[in-house]
Amino acid sequence: MLDRSFIGRAFEPFSIAVEPGRLKFFANVIGETDPVFFDRTAAEAAGYKDVMVPPTFLWCLEMTRENPLDTLDLLGIDIARILHGEQSFRYFNSAYSGDLLTYKAHIADIYDKKKGQLEFVVRETQIINQDEVPVAELRTTVIVRND
Amino acid sequence: MPGATADFLEVGKVVTLPIDAITRTQLALYAGASGDHNPIHIDIDFARAAGMPDVFAHGMLGMAFLGRLLTSMAGPECIRSFSVRFVSIINVGDRLTCSATVTQCELAGGVASVTLELSASNQAGGLKMVGAAELTITLLEREHR
Repeated sequence: MLDRSFIGRAFEPFSIAVEPGRLKFFANVIGETDPVFFDRTAAEAAGYKDVMVPPTFLWCLEMTRENPLDTLDLLGIDIARILHGEQSFRYFNSAYSGDLLTYKAHIADIYDKKKGQLEFVVRETQIINQDEVPVAELRTTVIVRND
Repeated sequence: MPGATADFLEVGKVVTLPIDAITRTQLALYAGASGDHNPIHIDIDFARAAGMPDVFAHGMLGMAFLGRLLTSMAGPECIRSFSVRFVSIINVGDRLTCSATVTQCELAGGVASVTLELSASNQAGGLKMVGAAELTITLLEREHR
Protein backbone atom coordinates (compact mmCIF):
# COMPACT_ATOMS: atom_id res chain seq x y z
CA MET A 1 0.00 0.00 0.00
CA LEU A 2 1.19 3.48 -0.81
CA ASP A 3 2.20 5.68 2.11
CA ARG A 4 -0.74 8.03 2.72
CA SER A 5 1.49 10.41 4.66
CA PHE A 6 2.63 11.82 1.31
CA ILE A 7 -0.78 13.45 0.82
CA GLY A 8 -0.12 17.18 0.79
CA ARG A 9 3.53 16.84 -0.23
CA ALA A 10 4.51 19.74 -2.54
CA PHE A 11 6.99 19.51 -5.38
CA GLU A 12 9.61 22.11 -6.23
CA PRO A 13 8.01 24.66 -8.63
CA PHE A 14 9.48 24.80 -12.12
CA SER A 15 9.17 27.13 -15.10
CA ILE A 16 9.00 26.23 -18.76
CA ALA A 17 8.85 28.27 -21.97
CA VAL A 18 6.11 27.57 -24.51
CA GLU A 19 8.09 26.95 -27.70
CA PRO A 20 6.49 27.48 -31.15
CA GLY A 21 8.28 24.50 -32.73
CA ARG A 22 6.96 22.14 -30.10
CA LEU A 23 3.41 23.47 -30.51
CA LYS A 24 3.66 22.79 -34.25
CA PHE A 25 4.95 19.26 -33.62
CA PHE A 26 2.13 18.60 -31.15
CA ALA A 27 -0.59 19.95 -33.49
CA ASN A 28 0.75 17.78 -36.30
CA VAL A 29 0.77 14.60 -34.21
CA ILE A 30 -2.79 15.02 -32.90
CA GLY A 31 -4.12 15.96 -36.36
CA GLU A 32 -5.02 19.53 -35.40
CA THR A 33 -5.56 21.50 -38.61
CA ASP A 34 -6.67 24.88 -37.18
CA PRO A 35 -3.64 27.11 -37.88
CA VAL A 36 -4.18 29.23 -34.72
CA PHE A 37 -2.36 26.32 -32.98
CA PHE A 38 0.76 26.38 -35.18
CA ASP A 39 0.92 29.48 -37.40
CA ARG A 40 1.57 32.89 -35.87
CA THR A 41 0.18 34.86 -38.82
CA ALA A 42 -3.07 32.88 -38.72
CA ALA A 43 -3.30 33.27 -34.95
CA GLU A 44 -2.85 37.03 -35.22
CA ALA A 45 -5.41 37.20 -38.04
CA ALA A 46 -7.88 35.41 -35.73
CA GLY A 47 -7.29 38.09 -33.08
CA TYR A 48 -4.84 36.27 -30.81
CA LYS A 49 -1.54 37.79 -29.71
CA ASP A 50 0.39 34.64 -30.71
CA VAL A 51 0.01 30.93 -31.45
CA MET A 52 -2.48 29.38 -29.01
CA VAL A 53 -1.73 26.52 -26.62
CA PRO A 54 -4.24 23.70 -27.25
CA PRO A 55 -6.32 22.49 -24.28
CA THR A 56 -4.33 19.42 -23.21
CA PHE A 57 -0.83 20.74 -23.99
CA LEU A 58 -0.47 22.31 -20.53
CA TRP A 59 -0.26 18.74 -19.21
CA CYS A 60 2.47 17.93 -21.75
CA LEU A 61 4.53 20.87 -20.55
CA GLU A 62 4.30 19.48 -17.03
CA MET A 63 5.76 16.21 -18.36
CA THR A 64 8.80 18.18 -19.45
CA ARG A 65 9.89 18.93 -15.87
CA GLU A 66 13.34 17.78 -14.81
CA ASN A 67 12.02 14.51 -13.39
CA PRO A 68 8.60 13.64 -14.86
CA LEU A 69 8.61 10.52 -12.69
CA ASP A 70 8.94 12.48 -9.44
CA THR A 71 5.52 11.40 -8.12
CA LEU A 72 6.24 7.75 -8.93
CA ASP A 73 9.74 7.93 -7.45
CA LEU A 74 8.52 9.55 -4.25
CA LEU A 75 5.86 6.90 -3.71
CA GLY A 76 7.94 3.97 -4.99
CA ILE A 77 5.61 3.16 -7.91
CA ASP A 78 6.76 1.05 -10.88
CA ILE A 79 5.92 2.88 -14.14
CA ALA A 80 4.88 -0.46 -15.70
CA ARG A 81 1.98 -0.65 -13.21
CA ILE A 82 0.31 2.67 -13.89
CA LEU A 83 -2.63 3.82 -15.99
CA HIS A 84 -3.94 7.32 -16.43
CA GLY A 85 -7.32 7.25 -14.71
CA GLU A 86 -8.69 10.75 -14.95
CA GLN A 87 -7.57 14.18 -16.05
CA SER A 88 -9.17 17.54 -15.55
CA PHE A 89 -8.33 21.13 -16.40
CA ARG A 90 -9.78 24.40 -15.18
CA TYR A 91 -8.75 27.31 -17.39
CA PHE A 92 -8.47 30.89 -16.14
CA ASN A 93 -6.53 32.69 -18.88
CA SER A 94 -5.16 31.66 -22.27
CA ALA A 95 -1.58 30.49 -22.75
CA TYR A 96 0.40 31.46 -25.84
CA SER A 97 3.58 30.60 -27.65
CA GLY A 98 6.36 32.60 -25.99
CA ASP A 99 4.86 32.45 -22.51
CA LEU A 100 6.98 31.38 -19.55
CA LEU A 101 4.75 29.21 -17.37
CA THR A 102 5.42 28.27 -13.75
CA TYR A 103 4.03 25.00 -12.40
CA LYS A 104 3.40 24.34 -8.70
CA ALA A 105 2.21 20.83 -7.89
CA HIS A 106 1.36 18.76 -4.86
CA ILE A 107 -0.07 15.34 -4.07
CA ALA A 108 -3.74 16.03 -3.37
CA ASP A 109 -4.93 12.54 -2.50
CA ILE A 110 -4.05 8.85 -2.32
CA TYR A 111 -6.80 6.23 -2.01
CA ASP A 112 -7.59 2.67 -3.01
CA LYS A 113 -10.45 0.56 -4.38
CA LYS A 114 -11.11 -3.18 -4.65
CA LYS A 115 -9.39 -3.92 -1.32
CA GLY A 116 -6.15 -2.29 -2.44
CA GLN A 117 -5.92 -3.98 -5.85
CA LEU A 118 -6.15 -0.52 -7.37
CA GLU A 119 -4.60 2.55 -5.79
CA PHE A 120 -5.14 6.11 -6.96
CA VAL A 121 -2.72 9.02 -6.74
CA VAL A 122 -4.05 12.51 -7.41
CA ARG A 123 -1.63 15.30 -8.31
CA GLU A 124 -2.89 18.89 -8.46
CA THR A 125 -0.98 21.58 -10.30
CA GLN A 126 -1.41 25.36 -10.44
CA ILE A 127 -0.03 27.18 -13.47
CA ILE A 128 0.74 30.90 -13.65
CA ASN A 129 2.35 32.86 -16.47
CA GLN A 130 5.27 35.34 -16.56
CA ASP A 131 2.94 38.12 -15.34
CA GLU A 132 1.84 35.92 -12.40
CA VAL A 133 -1.61 35.65 -13.98
CA PRO A 134 -3.33 32.31 -13.23
CA VAL A 135 -3.54 30.20 -16.39
CA ALA A 136 -4.96 26.86 -15.31
CA GLU A 137 -5.33 24.21 -12.65
CA LEU A 138 -4.69 20.56 -13.48
CA ARG A 139 -5.80 17.46 -11.64
CA THR A 140 -4.14 14.21 -12.72
CA THR A 141 -5.30 10.86 -11.36
CA VAL A 142 -2.96 7.92 -11.85
CA ILE A 143 -4.12 4.34 -11.19
CA VAL A 144 -1.62 1.85 -9.79
CA ARG A 145 -2.37 -1.83 -10.56
CA ASN A 146 -1.43 -4.01 -7.59
CA ASP A 147 -3.01 -7.19 -9.00
CA MET B 1 -14.64 31.66 -34.88
CA PRO B 2 -16.95 31.31 -31.85
CA GLY B 3 -20.00 32.96 -33.40
CA ALA B 4 -19.52 31.12 -36.67
CA THR B 5 -20.12 27.67 -35.20
CA ALA B 6 -22.78 28.68 -32.70
CA ASP B 7 -25.34 26.35 -34.33
CA PHE B 8 -24.90 23.87 -31.46
CA LEU B 9 -26.26 26.28 -28.83
CA GLU B 10 -29.26 24.17 -27.86
CA VAL B 11 -29.71 21.43 -25.27
CA GLY B 12 -29.56 18.03 -26.91
CA LYS B 13 -27.40 19.09 -29.87
CA VAL B 14 -24.63 16.60 -30.67
CA VAL B 15 -21.34 17.42 -32.39
CA THR B 16 -19.00 14.62 -33.46
CA LEU B 17 -15.46 14.35 -34.78
CA PRO B 18 -14.13 11.18 -36.45
CA ILE B 19 -10.45 10.44 -35.80
CA ASP B 20 -8.08 8.48 -38.06
CA ALA B 21 -6.98 5.03 -36.88
CA ILE B 22 -4.27 5.10 -34.20
CA THR B 23 -0.88 4.00 -35.57
CA ARG B 24 2.33 2.93 -33.86
CA THR B 25 4.12 5.81 -35.58
CA GLN B 26 1.64 8.21 -34.03
CA LEU B 27 2.31 6.79 -30.56
CA ALA B 28 6.07 7.24 -31.03
CA LEU B 29 5.63 10.79 -32.26
CA TYR B 30 3.14 11.59 -29.48
CA ALA B 31 5.65 10.37 -26.89
CA GLY B 32 8.12 12.92 -28.26
CA ALA B 33 5.63 15.74 -28.71
CA SER B 34 3.94 15.29 -25.33
CA GLY B 35 6.95 14.50 -23.16
CA ASP B 36 5.24 11.33 -21.91
CA HIS B 37 8.01 8.80 -22.54
CA ASN B 38 6.45 5.89 -20.66
CA PRO B 39 7.80 2.91 -22.69
CA ILE B 40 4.53 0.99 -22.29
CA HIS B 41 3.16 3.09 -25.19
CA ILE B 42 6.08 2.69 -27.58
CA ASP B 43 8.10 -0.45 -26.71
CA ILE B 44 6.26 -3.76 -27.24
CA ASP B 45 8.89 -5.70 -25.27
CA PHE B 46 8.31 -3.46 -22.26
CA ALA B 47 4.52 -3.67 -22.67
CA ARG B 48 4.58 -7.49 -22.77
CA ALA B 49 6.86 -7.68 -19.75
CA ALA B 50 4.27 -5.54 -17.95
CA GLY B 51 1.56 -8.07 -18.80
CA MET B 52 -0.04 -6.18 -21.68
CA PRO B 53 -0.58 -7.86 -25.08
CA ASP B 54 0.69 -4.84 -27.02
CA VAL B 55 1.55 -1.18 -26.70
CA PHE B 56 -1.49 1.07 -26.35
CA ALA B 57 -2.29 4.73 -26.80
CA HIS B 58 -1.49 7.40 -24.25
CA GLY B 59 -4.73 8.43 -22.57
CA MET B 60 -3.74 12.02 -23.15
CA LEU B 61 -3.58 11.42 -26.91
CA GLY B 62 -7.24 10.43 -26.68
CA MET B 63 -7.98 13.52 -24.60
CA ALA B 64 -6.17 15.65 -27.21
CA PHE B 65 -8.68 14.36 -29.80
CA LEU B 66 -11.57 15.44 -27.54
CA GLY B 67 -9.74 18.77 -27.23
CA ARG B 68 -9.77 19.06 -31.02
CA LEU B 69 -13.53 18.53 -30.94
CA LEU B 70 -13.89 21.35 -28.37
CA THR B 71 -11.71 23.80 -30.31
CA SER B 72 -13.62 22.97 -33.51
CA MET B 73 -16.73 24.22 -31.68
CA ALA B 74 -15.29 27.35 -30.06
CA GLY B 75 -11.96 29.12 -29.68
CA PRO B 76 -9.61 27.71 -27.03
CA GLU B 77 -10.12 30.84 -24.91
CA CYS B 78 -13.80 29.83 -24.53
CA ILE B 79 -13.03 26.62 -22.61
CA ARG B 80 -13.54 27.04 -18.87
CA SER B 81 -13.12 23.41 -17.83
CA PHE B 82 -12.39 20.08 -19.48
CA SER B 83 -12.30 16.72 -17.73
CA VAL B 84 -12.04 13.12 -18.85
CA ARG B 85 -12.19 9.68 -17.27
CA PHE B 86 -10.28 7.06 -19.22
CA VAL B 87 -12.73 4.15 -19.29
CA SER B 88 -10.77 1.54 -21.26
CA ILE B 89 -7.50 1.22 -23.12
CA ILE B 90 -7.25 2.78 -26.60
CA ASN B 91 -5.51 0.28 -28.88
CA VAL B 92 -3.43 0.57 -32.03
CA GLY B 93 -5.88 0.50 -34.96
CA ASP B 94 -8.76 2.00 -33.00
CA ARG B 95 -10.77 4.53 -34.97
CA LEU B 96 -12.35 6.85 -32.43
CA THR B 97 -15.40 8.98 -32.81
CA CYS B 98 -15.39 11.89 -30.38
CA SER B 99 -18.77 13.24 -29.36
CA ALA B 100 -20.07 16.26 -27.45
CA THR B 101 -23.69 16.60 -26.32
CA VAL B 102 -25.04 19.90 -25.07
CA THR B 103 -26.58 19.28 -21.63
CA GLN B 104 -26.99 22.91 -20.55
CA CYS B 105 -27.06 26.13 -22.52
CA GLU B 106 -27.79 29.56 -21.07
CA LEU B 107 -27.77 32.74 -23.10
CA ALA B 108 -27.42 36.08 -21.33
CA GLY B 109 -26.08 39.41 -22.51
CA GLY B 110 -24.57 38.02 -25.70
CA VAL B 111 -22.73 35.30 -23.81
CA ALA B 112 -23.52 31.61 -24.05
CA SER B 113 -22.63 29.35 -21.11
CA VAL B 114 -22.58 25.80 -22.40
CA THR B 115 -22.09 22.51 -20.58
CA LEU B 116 -21.10 19.51 -22.68
CA GLU B 117 -21.08 15.81 -21.99
CA LEU B 118 -18.17 14.18 -23.83
CA SER B 119 -17.47 10.64 -24.95
CA ALA B 120 -15.29 8.71 -27.36
CA SER B 121 -15.84 5.20 -28.69
CA ASN B 122 -13.99 3.03 -31.19
CA GLN B 123 -15.28 1.40 -34.40
CA ALA B 124 -16.71 -1.54 -32.40
CA GLY B 125 -18.69 0.80 -30.15
CA GLY B 126 -16.32 0.25 -27.23
CA LEU B 127 -16.45 3.20 -24.86
CA LYS B 128 -12.95 4.68 -24.31
CA MET B 129 -13.48 8.01 -22.58
CA VAL B 130 -16.26 9.95 -20.90
CA GLY B 131 -16.00 13.53 -19.75
CA ALA B 132 -17.40 17.00 -19.51
CA ALA B 133 -16.55 20.52 -20.54
CA GLU B 134 -17.81 24.02 -19.87
CA LEU B 135 -17.59 26.74 -22.52
CA THR B 136 -18.24 30.47 -22.27
CA ILE B 137 -18.80 31.86 -25.73
CA THR B 138 -19.13 35.55 -26.44
CA LEU B 139 -21.45 35.74 -29.42
CA LEU B 140 -20.72 39.34 -30.40
CA GLU B 141 -17.80 40.27 -32.62
CA ARG B 142 -14.80 41.21 -30.51
CA GLU B 143 -11.82 43.29 -31.48
CA HIS B 144 -9.50 41.28 -29.26
CA ARG B 145 -9.86 37.94 -27.59
